[in-house]
Amino acid sequence: MEYFIQQLINGVTLGSIYGLIAIGYTMVYGIIGMINFAHGDIFMISAFIALIGLLVLFGAGITWLPLVLIVVLILSMFLTAAWGWVVERIAYRPLRGSFRLAPLISAIGMSLFLQNFVQIAQGARIKPLPPVVSGGFILMDSGDFTVNLSYLQIVIVVLTLVLMTGFSLLISKTALGRQQRACEQDRTMAALVGINVDRTISLTFVIGAALASVAGLMFLLYYGVIDFFIGFLAGIKAFTAAVLGGIGSLPGAMLGGLLIGLIETFWSAYFTIEYKDVAAFSILVLVLIFRPTGLLGQPEVEKV
Amino acid sequence: MSVLNSEKLPPILKDSVITGLITLVLAVPIVGLPTINATEGLQIEPRWSVVIWMVSAVFLGRLVLNFWWHREQTSSSSTILLNTPFLQSLQQLLKFIIPIGVLFALILPTMPFASRYVMDVAILVITYIMLGWGLNIVVGLAGLLDLGYVAFYAIGAYSYALLANYFDWSFWICLPLAGVFAAISGILLGFPVLRLRGDYLAIVTLGFGEIIRVILLNWYEFTGGPDGISGIPRPSFFGLEFKRSSEGTFSSFFGLDYSSMHRIIFLYYLILALALLTNFITLRLRKLPVGRAWEALREDEIACRSLGINPTNTKLTAFAIGATFGGLAGSFFATRQGFISPESFTFIESAVILAIVVLGGMGSQIGVVLASVVLIGGTELFRELEEYRMLAFGALMVGIMVWKPRGLLAHREPTIRIKTEGSS
Amino acid sequence: MSTLLAVNHLTMRFGGLTAIDDVSFAAKNEEITAIIGPNGAGKTTVFNCLTGFYKPTVGELLLHEGALTHRLERLEDFVVAQKARVARTFQNIRLFPAMSVLENLLVAQHNKLMLASGWTIKGLLGLHSYKKEETQAIELAKYWLDKTNLTKRANDNASDLPYGDQRRLEIARAMCTDPRMLCLDEPAAGMNPKESAELNSLLQFIQNEHKIGVLLIEHDMSVVMEISDHIIVLDYGRKIAEGSPEQVRNDPAVIRAYLGEDEDEELPPEVAADLQRETSHG
Repeated sequence: MEYFIQQLINGVTLGSIYGLIAIGYTMVYGIIGMINFAHGDIFMISAFIALIGLLVLFGAGITWLPLVLIVVLILSMFLTAAWGWVVERIAYRPLRGSFRLAPLISAIGMSLFLQNFVQIAQGARIKPLPPVVSGGFILMDSGDFTVNLSYLQIVIVVLTLVLMTGFSLLISKTALGRQQRACEQDRTMAALVGINVDRTISLTFVIGAALASVAGLMFLLYYGVIDFFIGFLAGIKAFTAAVLGGIGSLPGAMLGGLLIGLIETFWSAYFTIEYKDVAAFSILVLVLIFRPTGLLGQPEVEKV
Repeated sequence: MSVLNSEKLPPILKDSVITGLITLVLAVPIVGLPTINATEGLQIEPRWSVVIWMVSAVFLGRLVLNFWWHREQTSSSSTILLNTPFLQSLQQLLKFIIPIGVLFALILPTMPFASRYVMDVAILVITYIMLGWGLNIVVGLAGLLDLGYVAFYAIGAYSYALLANYFDWSFWICLPLAGVFAAISGILLGFPVLRLRGDYLAIVTLGFGEIIRVILLNWYEFTGGPDGISGIPRPSFFGLEFKRSSEGTFSSFFGLDYSSMHRIIFLYYLILALALLTNFITLRLRKLPVGRAWEALREDEIACRSLGINPTNTKLTAFAIGATFGGLAGSFFATRQGFISPESFTFIESAVILAIVVLGGMGSQIGVVLASVVLIGGTELFRELEEYRMLAFGALMVGIMVWKPRGLLAHREPTIRIKTEGSS
Repeated sequence: MSTLLAVNHLTMRFGGLTAIDDVSFAAKNEEITAIIGPNGAGKTTVFNCLTGFYKPTVGELLLHEGALTHRLERLEDFVVAQKARVARTFQNIRLFPAMSVLENLLVAQHNKLMLASGWTIKGLLGLHSYKKEETQAIELAKYWLDKTNLTKRANDNASDLPYGDQRRLEIARAMCTDPRMLCLDEPAAGMNPKESAELNSLLQFIQNEHKIGVLLIEHDMSVVMEISDHIIVLDYGRKIAEGSPEQVRNDPAVIRAYLGEDEDEELPPEVAADLQRETSHG
């Protein structure tokens, strides 16, 4: 029982991280109908930016943790958003209305480029970071097993909830959200009624990247180790989360993220840890075959 | 002639400055502040000179590009080197080059410069040409983005290695079997997923490639796990082995002095034959109904369905045939190396093969050859630049898609022509 | 003339939106049946249901072939084309742009050629029986190229053709499938009056020589009124009138549906067409 609850806590934490990345996939898919393969690598870059930020601040002798974390979070969101914007500008915008496979191939090229760029710039070795946020509550203690809820896990889940709520309000209540939904429905029509479509799409990438950067920081703090390749698996799992929840749906992305996080954690805990990545892929395949619209997605009407 | 009118200059300059500034923002943390793994933990060692170089390079590059674009817009008849007439004359040239290329490939081992190293590189390049041609059926002709092609390569390689090691079967029996296994796995994967829209297919195939690799890595008893399989038998020349012995070997049968080059040359001709077979079959399929249906599906699936073409079955044939060639290439790889491990079958490998297909021009057979020679042969020559290889591949993939979305040599000849009066 | 197609109580809903609401009509062999109505009346949705791209919410779609009846609503899209032999064109042309005009017409004969090539095996071996069948397929393609005035462009890419030619190529491609019923979605859209007139004679040729039923969605009244045998008028997903061109033209419900929708349609169709012809020449 204690073991189960511990896994539940771990799963929800991991799921929050996947959910935040999944939003980037789902938003971009909603608005331009493509998988942004480079999104996982944007997440990876954000983790590096956060790592560098932490090292620089600690190096400068600033050690008051709340300040450090807030500065790093804001800096990382800003810089990662810039990366997101540039990626869209270079690799996707010129391809609007191009050959069907072109944006996908361009996205894969961009993903390869970013991975290897970071590998060259930052080295191929894994980057360990000593625990920054430590401590927590002991929820249960049965003698041979204690259930821990760390402060970091609380921060991750609370921050994710806050961002998700704020973000849902942004999409449903503000002009930007309306423009975005308009572009999702019909880009030509949106342009005709005076919406700057290019700007709206750019903003989608910027917001997606900024949310991924939060996930990047949390991933770094939670696991304490990153390398240039983390974007690949995290990206695929987050994408699986987006598909599972119903691609195009924001609550779906969050729900999918949580489910994938839980499935992966429980799989590792009760079955074999080696095949945990296979579990995520298998779920992706099964969902796509049996319920391509996901849990909360709208059925897609083919435009003939 | 003033290429630029004066009021155009400031916007161009401004744009370049902004581009430079953005580069600065992006480069400062990632490039300027590298993290170094030191004994006392991670350290940061600033490296500003590289950032300055990068920013200047991007600024100047953008400036030059801007000038060039501006000229494109202002000059009414743009007859710049890279326009279609140039590419078309290149096409004419290529027709001429193909027979010469095949001839050259056939006599390569007899050339004075054909050292062991040259032959090894040639074998590697032709292996990628074959893989490129195989994937070209799936991506170039049928328009299905397969990101897990390496899985079929792996299945072919492990099929041969396992069959040869467990049952002691010869290469010539295992080779077709490897092709069959790859085809079956292609069908098993393809049947459920080929109904999906294009980008879902891409990510599912990517996942499939990873699943196969993880299984090979963890199924220790069967595949040897990360240690792989060693001692894979080398192929024989119709039963004659390439060994130093006086009885029943290649050298003794033909009365030659034993040389390790015999086997290399034999392997070279083997992969050349396999590759040419792939090409021959692909060219024939293109002219058959199934090949035309592949291309039609790539162009417009809904139109295909309105004409009564079963899209799933048609895609499945492309997928299975592409997988077969991947499997054949894989068993060649196993017999050539004598050792295989999951490390040879990572996603990067799929990405390299895809880059070859995309850069060469989707659907273009000669494009695959040129891309393989340049990308694989070229990077073999510049070994020290190894770590920049994938960086360049990625950048090229983006660049080519932006510039010529159907690939560099994407000019397509109709598969059939009829005489029409009044025109060619 | 025997009934070719019977549409009974067809209803199509997308979520909360009812695109077609209990529409019934019949189309006869060797006749041209036109479906007209203002934009958004559900005309193309009817086509999409008939050709299997959409599954109707309610209703049956019966295609009669002698004693045999195909239930179109139960068939997958490509099976509709394959077994029931219903061919169609699209409102926003769907050709195979990077393939030649001739190749477009050969792809349309895929199933026949696939059989002849022994599911590729005979073809791969280059057997004579396949060659013969391919030659016949080319002859059929040439026939339709000739009928649509595209022979000269046979080797050009479909995307290089002007708009009007692309429309005709799509019809030729549909005819190459040897259909029993041909569904044309706005074939005259974007055509000039001369091209429209040529289209009229092409459609009449198909009707008279090939003895198949033609279903036509069209806004150009000079086409509809001249060649249709029977007209069905849809508005907001409902059938509001049906009958001969003469009956429909004078039907008050039709006039009401069109009034205010489109200025041109207030005039009697022939007058409107004449007016259009004059303005485009002048």
